[in-house]
Amino acid sequence: MSDPYTGEPGTGEPGAGGAPVLRARGLRKSFGDHEVLRGVDLDVRRGQVVALIGPSGSGKTTLLRSLNGLETPSAGVLEVAGAPALDFSRPVTKEQRNALRDRSAMVFQHHNLFPHMTVLQNVTEGPVQVQRVRRATAEARATELLRRVGLAEKRDAYPRELSGGQQQRVGIVRALALEPDLLLFDEPTSALDPELVGEVLVVMKELADEGWTMVVVTHELSFAREVADEVLFLSDGVVHERGAPRELFTHPREERTRQFLHRILNPLH
Amino acid sequence: MDWELFSSSFWPILRGALTGTIPLALASFAIGLVIALGIALLRLSANPVLSWLGRAYVSLIRGTPLLVQLFVVFYGLPSIGLVVDPWPSAILAFSLNVGGYAAEVIRAAILSVPRGQWEAAYTIGMPSRTALRRIVLPQAARVSVPPLSNTFISLVKDTSLASLILVAEAFRQAQEIAAFSSEFMLVYMEAALIYWLVCTVLSVAQDRVERRLERYV
Repeated sequence: MSDPYTGEPGTGEPGAGGAPVLRARGLRKSFGDHEVLRGVDLDVRRGQVVALIGPSGSGKTTLLRSLNGLETPSAGVLEVAGAPALDFSRPVTKEQRNALRDRSAMVFQHHNLFPHMTVLQNVTEGPVQVQRVRRATAEARATELLRRVGLAEKRDAYPRELSGGQQQRVGIVRALALEPDLLLFDEPTSALDPELVGEVLVVMKELADEGWTMVVVTHELSFAREVADEVLFLSDGVVHERGAPRELFTHPREERTRQFLHRILNPLH
Repeated sequence: MDWELFSSSFWPILRGALTGTIPLALASFAIGLVIALGIALLRLSANPVLSWLGRAYVSLIRGTPLLVQLFVVFYGLPSIGLVVDPWPSAILAFSLNVGGYAAEVIRAAILSVPRGQWEAAYTIGMPSRTALRRIVLPQAARVSVPPLSNTFISLVKDTSLASLILVAEAFRQAQEIAAFSSEFMLVYMEAALIYWLVCTVLSVAQDRVERRLERYV
């Protein structure tokens, strides 16, 4: 696990040689008759940042939510950070799902902060209630994390007293406080006013530089280009193209990828 | 108007409210809320048998008169060998009744907490029971304060039915004074006035609590 205090960046080429943190094979998921994921493979190595892009309804959010058990795929195999591999063709037990969740943490599109708790309580809730960390320890650590995202003086505020960007930064800190092996981001800036997007992306870039392992569903192509080690383009429940961002963005091999990028980069044409 | 009777009976009726009506309502409401939470969770259960049990309970309570429920407990239970005194009988019957009505309020309040709150709780590693206790119920509690206060105020008035099983609450006191003095209009209007005073005080308290809670929601 990377240490957020010392924040050792990856060795040279980021994420190239790290140990595998996530390995998914043939993930499938249906909602009723509609098959949202149709056999997706995904590998993430320690310190790597993987961006999932694609049109809405492509299955990228479902894929992300499957990685920590918010959705249960109907088939496929999933291995996260050394937890016993899950085979979704068999029923998943509560213990297996909990083991999966212990290793990752999620940042939501609509932050989902707990409105009845202060910022500090939001951040310490998981460590204290679930991981049984001593409250004083958890609070000291939370304060330090909040300081690093510029929110130390907001620790006693309630979420509704914060701006959207601040709320999302607290959401990120709440995830970090769990010291997960894997950070999952579900369109973390999509619900923000445009002028607030930057402050969240800056924090995410810092995390990437510190060597956190991240899977990010995003529409922010500039973020994907600048920060991601690998970009996956999903459409209709399958990965149509994957590769280094520079390669994928400048020389997409697939027509679908080209069209998608064109639509996003030139929305008026 | 017989002011002397009015002033001499005011205190006995008010005392009936303070030592009968209000403690009876408070005890029944507290126990009733515990029952209601249990019934609400049954109704929300994914297990069809449990959720059916919850539904059946609510239907039974809502579909029968409170007075009948009270009489079943006080006059009915002795016939199967369970003799319960007036006070415990009244508390039992009112608690069961509140349990049915408040269960619906609590169920709706739990359902009103956004799905994302459960999900956020799960992703920080909470099992569902902890998520319910730490994350969902505190938010549901805030939503349910206004409707539950209404349930409580109704209960305060409903406790007058306990006079029929000889509990010495406000209305029982009024009945005795009325029978003794034959001044029915005066004494029952006085009883009404005292109930109204008590409920007005409770409404003001309810308002205060709601305004306090608004700060967090």
